[in-house]
Amino acid sequence: MNAEEFKDELKRLGFNFFTGVPCSILAGVIKALGKEYIPSVREDAAVGLAAGAYLGGKKPSVLMQNSGLGYSLNVLTSLNLIYRIPVLLLVSYRGFGGKDAPEHLVMGKHCVELTATFGIPTKVCEKEEVKDLLEEANRYIERGKPYCLFIKEDTLG
Amino acid sequence: MNMRDAISKLLPLLQDAFLICANGYISRDAFNINDRPKNFYMLGSMGQASSIGLGLALARPKEKVVIFDGDGNLLMNLGILTMIAQLKPKNLVHLVFDNECYDSTGGQRSISAEINLADVAGSCGIPKVEKKKLGEDFMDSFKDCLNQDGPSFLLIKVERNPAEEMPRVDISPSEIANRIRNV
Repeated sequence: MNAEEFKDELKRLGFNFFTGVPCSILAGVIKALGKEYIPSVREDAAVGLAAGAYLGGKKPSVLMQNSGLGYSLNVLTSLNLIYRIPVLLLVSYRGFGGKDAPEHLVMGKHCVELTATFGIPTKVCEKEEVKDLLEEANRYIERGKPYCLFIKEDTLG
Repeated sequence: MNMRDAISKLLPLLQDAFLICANGYISRDAFNINDRPKNFYMLGSMGQASSIGLGLALARPKEKVVIFDGDGNLLMNLGILTMIAQLKPKNLVHLVFDNECYDSTGGQRSISAEINLADVAGSCGIPKVEKKKLGEDFMDSFKDCLNQDGPSFLLIKVERNPAEEMPRVDISPSEIANRIRNV
C-alpha cells in the first residue's frame, strides 16, 4: 500500500481530522492529505487538538515521529485514557533495529513497550498487514480507545 | 477581584457557547458555580485546554467555543497562540485568568507578572487582543468577544482565590466527555 492508498483507507474508515508534526517517514501520507492536514507545533498540542476535535464529533488521527511520544505521554494518560477519547496515533518508527542516527536509538529501543505499558493498544506495522491493522485500530477507536500504529521506513512503499 | 468571583460573573454570559476549562481551580470553580453539559473540565493534561478548545472550534465552526485558561497553563503551551493565529477560527474566545501564580499547588509565583501574555498573543497575530488590569471592568469586553468574530484573546488580571477551596469535580472524566459530545 502506498501513501495515497493509505490516506484513502483512513478516509474510508471515517477518519476526518488530521494533525501532527512531520517525520520523513510520514512525508508521503502528509502530502497525500494535503490541506486536510493541520500542522501542529508540538506533538502534545496535536493530541490535545485532536481530543477537542473528537469532542466536536470528528474522528481524529495524529501523525508524529516516535520522538514526539515523550511529549505526548501526559496528554495520552491524563486526557485520552481517562476520558475515553480515542485517537489513531500514526507514529514513525525511527531507530528500528538499532540502526539510525544516535538521537533515535534510545526511543527506538523502547517506544513499543512505552505505549503498550500505558495500556494503549500498539502494533508495529509490516508492509503486508497495513489494511488489517488499520481495521483493527478502527475497532479499538470505535470503542473509545487510543491506538498506536508504528510505521517503519519501508511500511508504505 | 479574585478568580472565583470573575468566573461567577462570566458564566451567566455564556448562553449556548461551549466552555473548555483548564485544570486546577478554573475547572473546580466553574463546575461548582454553574455546571452544564457544554462545559468540559480538564483534570490533567496541563497546558492543553487551549489545544482542546481550538480543536473543538475547528470541528464546530458554527458554534462559539470559549476557553477559560490560566497563566500557568498558557505558559506551558505558548505555541498554541501561533496555531490559533494561523488557523483563525472565528468562533474561538480565549480568555486567560492571570493570577501570576500556580494557585492550586500553593500559590508559587509564575512568570506572568513580568511577561505580558497579551502582547505575546498580539505579536503572534491574533486579531483581537485585550488586557484588563486588576479591578478593571471586563464584562463588556467579554460580551464583545462572544458577539463578534474572533479569534479573540482576553487576559484578565485576577487575585488568588480565597483560602477555602471548592470541592473537586465529582463527575467521571468519561461522563464529562460523553456529555459534551452529545449536546
